[in-house]
Amino acid sequence: MSFIIKKPSDIKSSEITDQKIYDQRRDFIKKMGLAATAAMGVGHLSLAEAKAYPNLAKSKFSTTTDKLTSLKDVTSYNNFYEFGTGKSDPAKNAGDFNPKPWSVRVEGECEKPGDFHLEDLIKLHTLEERIYRFRCVEGWSMVIPWVGVPLADMIKRFKPTSKAKFVEFETLYDPERMPGQQIKTLPWPYVDGLRMDEAMNPLTLMAVGLYGDELPNQNGAPIRLVVPWKYGFKNIKSIVKIRFVENQARSTWHEVNDREYGFYSNVNPEVDHPRWSQKTERRIGEPFWAPKHKTLMFNGYADQVADLYKGMDLKKLY
Amino acid sequence: MNTATRFSVLMPSMNINLFVKPIFFLLCLIPIFLVVWNGFNNNLGANPAEAILDTMGNWGIYFLLITLSVTPVRKLTGWGGVIRLRRMFGLFAFFYVCLHLLSYIWFDQYFDWNEIVKDIIKRPFITLGFLTFLLLMPLVITSTNKMMLRLKKSWKKLHWMIYPISIMGVVHFFLMTRADFRHPFLIAGILSLLLGYRLYFYFLRKKRS
Repeated sequence: MSFIIKKPSDIKSSEITDQKIYDQRRDFIKKMGLAATAAMGVGHLSLAEAKAYPNLAKSKFSTTTDKLTSLKDVTSYNNFYEFGTGKSDPAKNAGDFNPKPWSVRVEGECEKPGDFHLEDLIKLHTLEERIYRFRCVEGWSMVIPWVGVPLADMIKRFKPTSKAKFVEFETLYDPERMPGQQIKTLPWPYVDGLRMDEAMNPLTLMAVGLYGDELPNQNGAPIRLVVPWKYGFKNIKSIVKIRFVENQARSTWHEVNDREYGFYSNVNPEVDHPRWSQKTERRIGEPFWAPKHKTLMFNGYADQVADLYKGMDLKKLY
Repeated sequence: MNTATRFSVLMPSMNINLFVKPIFFLLCLIPIFLVVWNGFNNNLGANPAEAILDTMGNWGIYFLLITLSVTPVRKLTGWGGVIRLRRMFGLFAFFYVCLHLLSYIWFDQYFDWNEIVKDIIKRPFITLGFLTFLLLMPLVITSTNKMMLRLKKSWKKLHWMIYPISIMGVVHFFLMTRADFRHPFLIAGILSLLLGYRLYFYFLRKKRS
């Protein structure tokens, strides 16, 4: 691919926008944004430049009761081992990761497999904003305004066959661009998946952004899964493959340590992680000296998803 | 230990007590100072509770290792005075372990004693951490000069406990790690060196006798 992507040395200096002009443009865009905001009479001061996704459809599935976690916290406290195991490593190390161009391979038990440019994957759908609670298996949580499309709508286009019982996702494997993969903290590439009915549930989202903008690299750019009733690690990031399979989908953490991380990994205050309780959670952004929140069954989405697990012993199939 | 060396250990030396000790005392306070400072300046990241808990735990272990380094440093450098800093290092280990435990009780469990007891019984790494804390207590209580003189030979026997205590602390660190074991391995490596140093001399002495 080196003939397409130019190395810095290949770019003529005449092609590079002068920093001054670049700054002026940004400044102009900012002022335009401010003027527009003022013209609309919107109360809050927004210094934001034109956002990638300005007119998003609202969703009835968005939470209205929880306070949003700040953009700063959402983008500076991440578990994304592809960029390092520390919580601040992804924000530090993912800056140079360029998620464009991006293509996703769809394969396995479906009638319409193929390679898709990210843009083509998305453009047929209406992007929505979904404000979801996000609960990490480690015991902390956030409230994040995602931008995305229902996974079910996307999946229907690939026409999965009757053999497709699960759908499996795979993260990009590229140790050059994802330096965390140079160390074998996990068996790369990261994989995870859902049962077909979980994937088709209206809550399940393919996210391409947050806070009205494109996904920051450290949050799984350019496309990631969001399954709000499951622990965070099921929300696989930087997806390059979608595979329809007959047998239970693979799941990296489940394979590494099945005693601690079940395939389903539904948020469940009744089933402890062997090393810590899951009854409570620390809501990021709230005073650290205050008590934690009570964790809700299915992260508070029981009305929408409890039926999926009828008759299952969730203590065994955690 | 003959009378002369014991005398030199207990004898306050003007130099060390007046200058070196206070300087090291202040240095030992830097970790807690930084946590408080960063806490007030909103600089502990998105999850300050976790940051405080981890930092205090780390420094508890670091100070155990520093305490264990005193004897090798003394023997390798010939600076006998360093021995008079050992008690302070050991007490600082306990200080940071206490803050680590307090962070757990406060931020993690919010003083839910019922849950805390269940946690200690149920989870091996919590059990081990709590045991480590309990075993440090008698060492702290008997750390004074008076106790040293009163307990005589058994003082040394009692304070030999610092070896198993350090191993337990490091195992506690291993057991709570999720996937990236580089940090606990580094700590375990340093501890092995410090314990290996003792074992080497122990076997050397055994051979000679």
